[in-house]
Order: sequence, then C-alpha cells, then structure tokens
Amino acid sequence: MTKSKKPRLVIVGNGMAGIRTLEELLKRAPDTYDVTVFGQEPRLNYNRIMLSPILAGEKAYQDIILNDWDWYEANNIRLHAGDPVIGIDQKRGFVFSAAGRKVAYDKLLLATGSEPIVIPVPGHKKNGVITFRDMKDVETMIDGAGRLQHAVVIGGGLLGLEAAYGLSTLGMKVTVLHLAPHLMERQLDTAAGTLLKQELERRGLDIILEADTAEITGDDRVEGVRLKDGRSFPADLVVMAVGIRPNTWLARSHGLATGRGILVDDHMITSNPDILAIGECVEHRGLCYGLVAPIWDMARAAADTLAGSDGKGYQGSAISTKLKVTGVDLFSGGDFSGGKGTEDIVFRDAARGVYKRLVVKENQLIGAVLYGDTGDGPWYFQMIKDGTDITPLRGTMAFGQGFEEGALSDPFKAVADLPADAEICGCNGVCKGTIQTAITEGGLTSLAEVRAHTKASSSCGSCTGLVEKLIGFTLGDGYVADSGPKPLCGCTSLDHGEVRRLIVAKGIKDIPSVFQALEWRTPDGCHTCRPAVNYYLLCAWPGEYQDDARARFINERVHANIQKDGTYSVVPRMWGGVTSAKELRAIADVVDKFNIPTVKVTGGQRIDLLGIKKDDLTAVWADLGAAGMVSGHAYGKSLRTVKTCVGTDWCRFGTQDSTGLGVKLEHATWGSWMPHKFKMAVSGCPRNCAEATIKDFGIVCVDSGYELHVGGNGGIHVRATDLLCKVTTEEEAIEYCMAFIQMYREEAWYLERTAPWIERVGIDHIRDRLTSDSEVRIKLRDRFLLSQKDAQDDPWAARAKGVDAHEYQLLATIG
Amino acid sequence: MVKASTFTLVGQRDDIPRLGSRRVRTPAGEIALFRTSDDKVFALRNECPHKKGPLSEGIVHGHSVTCPLHNWVISLETGEAQGADTGCTGKLAVEVRDDGSIYLAIPSGMAEAAVA
Repeated sequence: MTKSKKPRLVIVGNGMAGIRTLEELLKRAPDTYDVTVFGQEPRLNYNRIMLSPILAGEKAYQDIILNDWDWYEANNIRLHAGDPVIGIDQKRGFVFSAAGRKVAYDKLLLATGSEPIVIPVPGHKKNGVITFRDMKDVETMIDGAGRLQHAVVIGGGLLGLEAAYGLSTLGMKVTVLHLAPHLMERQLDTAAGTLLKQELERRGLDIILEADTAEITGDDRVEGVRLKDGRSFPADLVVMAVGIRPNTWLARSHGLATGRGILVDDHMITSNPDILAIGECVEHRGLCYGLVAPIWDMARAAADTLAGSDGKGYQGSAISTKLKVTGVDLFSGGDFSGGKGTEDIVFRDAARGVYKRLVVKENQLIGAVLYGDTGDGPWYFQMIKDGTDITPLRGTMAFGQGFEEGALSDPFKAVADLPADAEICGCNGVCKGTIQTAITEGGLTSLAEVRAHTKASSSCGSCTGLVEKLIGFTLGDGYVADSGPKPLCGCTSLDHGEVRRLIVAKGIKDIPSVFQALEWRTPDGCHTCRPAVNYYLLCAWPGEYQDDARARFINERVHANIQKDGTYSVVPRMWGGVTSAKELRAIADVVDKFNIPTVKVTGGQRIDLLGIKKDDLTAVWADLGAAGMVSGHAYGKSLRTVKTCVGTDWCRFGTQDSTGLGVKLEHATWGSWMPHKFKMAVSGCPRNCAEATIKDFGIVCVDSGYELHVGGNGGIHVRATDLLCKVTTEEEAIEYCMAFIQMYREEAWYLERTAPWIERVGIDHIRDRLTSDSEVRIKLRDRFLLSQKDAQDDPWAARAKGVDAHEYQLLATIG
Repeated sequence: MVKASTFTLVGQRDDIPRLGSRRVRTPAGEIALFRTSDDKVFALRNECPHKKGPLSEGIVHGHSVTCPLHNWVISLETGEAQGADTGCTGKLAVEVRDDGSIYLAIPSGMAEAAVA
C-alpha cells in the first residue's frame, strides 16, 4: 500500500445536490479525494427543475444534462449510475449497493433527495398512475400523451400545475384535482390563486377545487378518479403530485439522527462526524427545503467542510417560487401567511390582471406574492433577505422599484452608486465616467446628444434606461426625460404609426411624394427614414410600388452581408435546412475558385461563405445558381431561414413530417420583405430540437397536430414564444403562418421584430385577429399571397445576369 | 488642400445613379464618387475616418453619406464627420463638364498619405 493514498469520498446520490457539492469541492480542493458516486437513476446528472419545461416541450433531455460522462472521467470520478446504496457499515467505513458493490469511505455524503408522496387511496397501484419526479415519469407522460386522451392530475401545487400544463401542451385533456380551496396554497394567497385558476382555465385546463380523492377506478389500468362527494372524472393517466418528502430511509435505518429529514448542523454534518448530508433529504434548523437555491447554499457549506476550510457554514435560506408555466407570471417569496403582528400592503390593477401583496412585520418586508407583473420579485426578495428597514419606502413600494427610483428623494441611487469605470454600454464599451464627462464638458442635455457624443445606448439600446438615469443624475433638475411618441427620425415630427397611416390615407405611392406631402424637413430624408418609408410603401401597395434600392441598406441593395473589412458574405438558401451532395460540391467549388477564406454553418442551418470581394459577388452567384441554388436572404429584413428537425422521416420521437413542413413554409414565404428579419422553425415533437419557441414563427408538431408559436427571439432580449393556437393540418399551419406574417408586415414598425411588436400590441390582439375571426385571417393570407406574386424572384440570378451592374463594377481604374 | 496633379476622365455623370455612388480604383486606394439628388458630384476617399467603412456603400442624403458600418454621417462637401463625431476623410477635386464627363483630380501626395 502506498502512503500517498488519497482519502476516499463516497457520495450517495447522483442528483443536483450531491454533484453540486462535488463541483464546489473540486473548485476548492481539486484532486484531494478519491471519489465514488452512486446514483439510483440509470442516468447522468441532470437538472431536475427543468423537467417541467421538458414536459411542456420547451426543452429536451440533452438540454438539461449538467455533467456528461466526460466530466466524470476528466475528474477521475467513478460513477455507478442505476445502482442505489442499500447499506452503510459505519464502524468499518464502507457502503454496499444493490448490485453488490462494496466501497470504503473516509467521508460519506448523503444526497438522497426526496421522494414523491403517493396518497394511498384505493387503486393507487393501478397501471397508469404515476408521479412527477424524474425523467422516467416525464417519458411516461410524453409517451402516454401520444396515445391517451384524458389526464387527471391530483395536486394543484407547483409540481401538479406544471405537470398539468405540460400534459395539456402535449394535447391531452387535463383535469386538476386540488384538495385546498385555492391553487398553490403554500405559495399563493387566495386572490393570486384565483387569478391563476382563471388563467389556467383560459388555457383549457379543468380545475376542481376542494376535491378529495376517494378512489382511482378501473380494472388493471386506470379508467377514472372518483371523489368523496361522488363526482368522478375519466382518466387514462393519473399523475400524483401532492408533494415530496425527504428520503431518509438509508440514514434512519442505520441509526443516524433524523426528524422530518436527516438532521444536520450548519456544516452539513450529521450525527456521525464522518457523514455529511445535503439537499432535499436534510432537515436544518427545523426546516426541509424542496427548492434549488437553498441546495446551492448547502453545497457550498458542505464543500467547505470536505475541503477542511472554515466557512461560516449554512445559515438557512429565504425561498422564493416561480411557476414554470409559459406566459404565467407568478412570484412568491418569504413568509406571506400573515398572522399576528403582520400588515398587508395590497395593490390591484384589474384591467392589467396585476396583483401584488406585500407582507410587512416590524418595518421589514417578510413576504411577497406577485401575480401578472413579477418584474420586481427579485427586488422585494432582496429586501426580505436583507431585512431592509422599509419605513421610507412604505407608501410607494407596491408600485415597484422603477417607481421608487423615480420618486424618492434619491431617485438615482443605483446609478450614483456605480464607480466611474463601471461599464454602462457593453456594445460600445462606454463607462460611467466617460458619459459624465461628456455631459458636463459638452453641455449635453438629452439622450440623443449623449448617444451622438459617446455612442452609449446607440447600438442595441438595452442600456438606454441606465443612460437616461445617468443623465438625470448628472444634470439634476436640468434634465427632462423624452416623452410622447418618438418621431421617426430628425427629418419629421411624425412617428412611425402616423407615417404609415398617412401613406395609406393619402394614397401616396413614392418616397419623394411622402416627403412632400408630409412636410419632411430634409430633401432626401436620411439613412433612418428612407428605408422605413420605402418599406411602408412596399407593404401598402404591393405590385404597384417600385422598390427603391437607394433607400435600402447596402446589404439589401447588393444582396449580401457587408463585413467589417468591406468584404461580403453570402448564404445560399437551403430549403428547410436540407442540402445534397451536388449543392455541397458546388459550394466547395466556389470556395476554391474564389479563394473564400471562411465557410461557416449558421445558427439557422445554412452555410455562410465569408470574405468575398465585392467584385466577385456576381460571379459567385452565377456559379451557385448554376447548381440550382438561390439567395438565402441572410442579409434582408425578410424571411431568413426555416430551421427543422428530421421529424417522422428519421426520428423515433417525431410525430409529423417537420422537415417537409419546413420546406413548404420556406417555399411559401421566401422573398417577402418585412419590418425586420424573420426566422421560423418546425420541431417534429415537443422535444423541440429545432428550437421553435425562440423563433418569430415556430411550429411544434404533436401527435394531434401542430402548435403554432409566435414572437420568439434569441437576440439581445431572449424571449420565448407565445402560443398562438393549435391546428390539425399542415394546410392550416401554413395558412396561419402567412396570415401572421402579413399582420406583422402591416402592423409592426420598421425595424421592430415580432417580439417587441407583440409586447407592444399584446398577444390577445393577434389571437383575436388570427384565431377568432377566420374571415380576417383569410383576408390577411390573401394579401400575403398577393404581395408574394411580385416578391419571389431570385435577386442573385437577376444580378448574375447583369441587373444593377453598376453596384458591382468599378467606374474606372486609374494607373 | 493638397495640390492637385492632373484631372483625369473617369466616366459620365449618368453612370452614377442619383443618390448613388461609384468606385474608382487608383494606386492610392479606392475613391468613391457620389451623385446627389441635385445632380452634384462629389469625390471622397472610400474610407470612413472611423473604421474604414466603404463610404461608397452608404445611403446618400442631402450632401451627406452615412457609412454602412456604424452610421457615421460624412459631409460630401468637406469630408468631415457630422454631428458629434470628429474625423475627416480625404476629399478630392472633381469637375463635371458640360457634356456630363467627370474629371477627377488625383492629388500628387495621396499615395504617400495612404501609406501613412
């Protein structure tokens, strides 16, 4: 035996708690222990809190794996997945497993998690009764949803509602049975619970409150659920989601001290000093936790202990909750049960569906429930955790942080607290000191001036609010924030909406007439208004208005993307992301022939050829065109790509021909000019491998048809889509797609993507027009088809034949 | 202003679309010729003073052009950046004769300037 032998650490539990502790330990003291991990599930370590998005089809299993095999191997960790530990010999220091493994330890970490509670009503062991706890449950649900019709979810708490929402998005008819008089009674008060119920019912869930289950009926397999009051509900699948309990069996049966959970001290040490425990299985200072944030805190404390360093240990956690149901904004944190010595501050805005309740005790915020507008959740939660004295905020804190910052005696506190070298604008690398100097030395008083002089907030705009505050802070009373609708640009005082309206109302059909009739202040407009007006005319008068290339940005004028060095990139269209050996060969030949330095696959499953000299563009296009390829419009405010997965053609989970549908959509919609770039995707099943829920228009195929999603964006502000509706045929899906695009074309402002447009006008407005009224939808579709008649010709082919040759050729060469 | 050498015929005014531009290649680099809506013709070095963006690809408005890379607005009359930006791109003398022929003056010191 060698002397340098490392101490042995055995971890029981390959879940989030155990592995996070290991990660923290590796950060503190790499290579200290010889580590063995046992896991009950035959899987890699995954993010359990993401099971709901998986069920709802918003994520796939691959997306939620936290550490893959390589990670275990790289860190020399032995993993026995699918082999639970069943015994501990504390005297001699080893554990033994179900498969007969016997592993010695110097330190043992129990991270056995929790187990779902199953109410032992008659029939609870029938086929088709499951819980919602692990990947296997989720697979059962997804699999069942394909074949079965009715689901009953017992339990209207966080887990139950997420399960119900997921099953419903999978196409099942879902009934939620909840024992308490309102939903999520542990996280919400009655008012918020009622709002939540209304919202979920609007989404098609049946919710039965005060429902006390008597029996699960059926022979071998579940057929229904009967309540004690005699009502009964049909069910092909029953999900029990009534809660979890700490999994203490292993600890308890070996004599470790347990209460509701395994008892631990602040250093996560159990009653045996060589055995630690962490996560949902433990009880710390009388509390058991079932959420992830406390587990991260515990993992740090446990890692400190294992690394032999003196941390301050775990001090307990305040907890907050969000419901992972897309589009339902709900937050609760701290203790809002009320009671003696507490006071409530309640804010309601019925029209907006907003409800806030703040619970105050001895001038401190101790709990908050927010529904409909949860933006201030973290702010309230921080105050709860910090024990902030809220006396000065009391009168107005219900209006939120934004109001506080605008209204209190020190409205600019957040920005005042920043150091001078704090970066305000990440795009342009502008720091606070630079902006302040520009304001004071340049005598600047408006956002526009600060943008012009410093470039801060002039690119993506996400720092605009901060810059405005900084101007206010620097100028004091001298600053008046911009208000009212913003003019389209400096050439006019009209905003986008007015310009659009007047173009149609006055029947104006060319740019000079717009400038004349609307009293533009400049002769030719500028680089901001000309492209916008050109687009509005194009959209208003399809077939009549002649596009004005000189009012287009260079990319759209020469049908390629300008790059930083003045070269261009081009992206051939690959319908639905499908290509062939012939196309690839043609691309490879073009790359060789024109010495194209970089070939890159884009995020939209197309091939980008970068670094092409302008003089070569038309020749490149001629060669690509000869192989049958056309422009991919990767440069345009227009349809870019339709991303797809392989669907039923190849995938064992695919429910529909997603590739084929993607190809059809792309053929139907390419070439159309839009307010901004427009991306689509079709996923063949709720695993959503084509990421359809962050696209402008996304389709998720399910067994029963097609879910249509709109308004997603993976850009600066990531936004998941809103569900527009569900349809049963490809023809309907394409019709809705065309109608949606046309509505976007007609209503959004130029350079406004679908996500901000939808947030501006509201998804209900879009649903009203597209789903409630088929006549409106069909008219939109027809107008789209009309505009497509003139739009679908390949600009590359035309230019390869000589159109706009002056754009590509030198006027002269001297010397 | 740099001393002009000879005026060279580079093309016809109608070769440049109104509110458009054309490029002329010279040993000292590319020159961009612009034609405004009032039919005047201007010549600038085809490089924005900011990050060398090709001004010939910008949108022309009034007697200005907006660089396609970062939206700097450059005066066609002086080559100076407009608004809060500062910087100047080389301006060249250009003559349009009565028949519409465009003559461009390549300054003698330009080749060296381009290197520096």
